[in-house]
Order: sequence, then structure tokens, then C-alpha cells
Amino acid sequence: MTVDITGRQYPAVGPYQVGSEEIRRFAAAVKNTHPLHYDADAARAAGHKDLVAPPTFLVSIAQRAEALMVNDPEAAVDFSRVVHSDQRFTHHRAVVAGDELFAQATLTSVKELAGNRMLTTQTEVTNADQAPVATITSTLLIRG
Amino acid sequence: MPVIEELTKGDVVATRTIDITRADLIRYAGASGDFNPIHWSEATAQAAELPGVIAHGMLTMGLVIDLVTEWTNDPTAIIDYQTRFSGMVPVTETTHTSNPATPFDNPNAGAKLDVVAKVGAIDEENKIVRVDLTVTNPREDGARVLTRAQAKVQL
Repeated sequence: MTVDITGRQYPAVGPYQVGSEEIRRFAAAVKNTHPLHYDADAARAAGHKDLVAPPTFLVSIAQRAEALMVNDPEAAVDFSRVVHSDQRFTHHRAVVAGDELFAQATLTSVKELAGNRMLTTQTEVTNADQAPVATITSTLLIRG
Repeated sequence: MPVIEELTKGDVVATRTIDITRADLIRYAGASGDFNPIHWSEATAQAAELPGVIAHGMLTMGLVIDLVTEWTNDPTAIIDYQTRFSGMVPVTETTHTSNPATPFDNPNAGAKLDVVAKVGAIDEENKIVRVDLTVTNPREDGARVLTRAQAKVQL
């Protein structure tokens, strides 16, 4: 890699429509059993507009935003050599069914380590009112 | 919801053993949109110099947080959740020797995770507790699967 692209911002992806069935399907796939993920009446009784997404639900929208970095020729990511190294979700507010979300990724760090490369992206998820929803940090290790 | 004044650093708040099968990997691929073939194709996994089909790191991260949600009885109490993926979880074939009517007969099929959730830090002023998750693989001599797996919980 000859170009230093640390700090590069990728365009926001979205709007991403959060659906009730998608929340139920994701919660079932990660065996998150809390009723707020399945029962809209329970969610409303707890003060939410609709079903509440599980803590790692935003991975799918984050990965769509990060794909712009992964597919950036100057980032030189060989997807067959990628290992997920670190992941963090900081939640600023609950994600509920009916939300319209946008996600914008920034490549915050590029490190070379013993022939491997580590790329860290920070993705800011916002809602239709541009209020912060979550900050998601992912580090990919590209094996040399 | 747990009461912060009743907690002490080091308290074990939950433990669990979690089974993972190939069917779980397929279900997670569909739900998350992560169709990387190393999570469902033995040939692709071996060509990538992996021990075989491995679980999505994000599946493991998603599975183990359920202990914390069950403890708080509120998924939105989890305001921050992070981990490092330090050990791969091979998920062995579930059905190849079995009668389709009893596909889970093979006691060594799939994978297992042992999870222990402990109070790692208490911030009484802001009512935030850090729960540290120890996630190990009993099939690999208790090797660590996740490192620095921490959930910050607003109580």
C-alpha cells in the first residue's frame, strides 16, 4: 500500500429500515430471549415505541457501512485473508422497530504488525433526525 | 434490575454453557447478512488454512451477551459492549453420521462455550457496572474465545 488513507471518511449508507421481523429473526439467531425483542406490547409497556433490537443488532448496518472501506481499492483488503479482531458497540439510545438509520464509516487506524495489517473503522449510526444512535468500532486483521 | 449498592467487584452474576451447531451458523448468516463461506463451507474454511468451519465472531459476541440481558432484565441497560476475538470456535459437522430423525446424536458435534459473567468494576456515582465475561472453549482445553469482553450496564 502506497497511499496513507487513515482518516478517510466513506459516504453514509441508508436509510436502513429496522423491521419487527428482522429484530425477531436476529434475536432468535443469537438466542437473545428477552421479551422486548419479540413482544411489541411488552416493549410498549416498558416505554418503547415498538420491539427493541438486541445489543449486537446494529452489526448488519455497520458492516454495510464498513463494506465501502473493504471494497476501497486503496485500502487493499483481501477479503479471503480477513479475520475479525475487535468489536465495540456504544449505544446512545435504544434501536426500535420503525427506526430509519444511517451509518457512516471512517477509517481511523491502519497498523502493520508482523506482516499483518490491522484496519480500524469507526461507524456513527444516526436516525432520521440525525440524532446519534450508536458508535460502532471494528478492527479487521488482514493476515499477511 | 440488580441493585448497585448490593454488588461487589468479583461477584459472579451468571454462568452458562452454550451449544453451537452448524444450523445455528446458517441461521446467523441469514439473520446478519454475513455469508462468508468460512462459516458454512468446510472446503472453503480449509482452503483459508482454518481448522474447519468456524463460528462467526459476531455470533459468539451476540450469544454471550444474553446472560447480561437476563441479569439486568432490560437489553437497553447495556450501554457499551466490546470484545476482542482471540480464539476461533470450530463447529464440527452435526449430521454426517446420523439418522435425519435424530441429527444431534453425535455428542462431539457442533461446539460448546463456557461463559462466566462477573462484576468487573462499579461506578456508583454514575450507576454504571462493568460486567466482565470470561468465554472459554471446553473442547480446546478451556482456551479463551473472547478477551476483554466487557459490557457496561446502566443500573
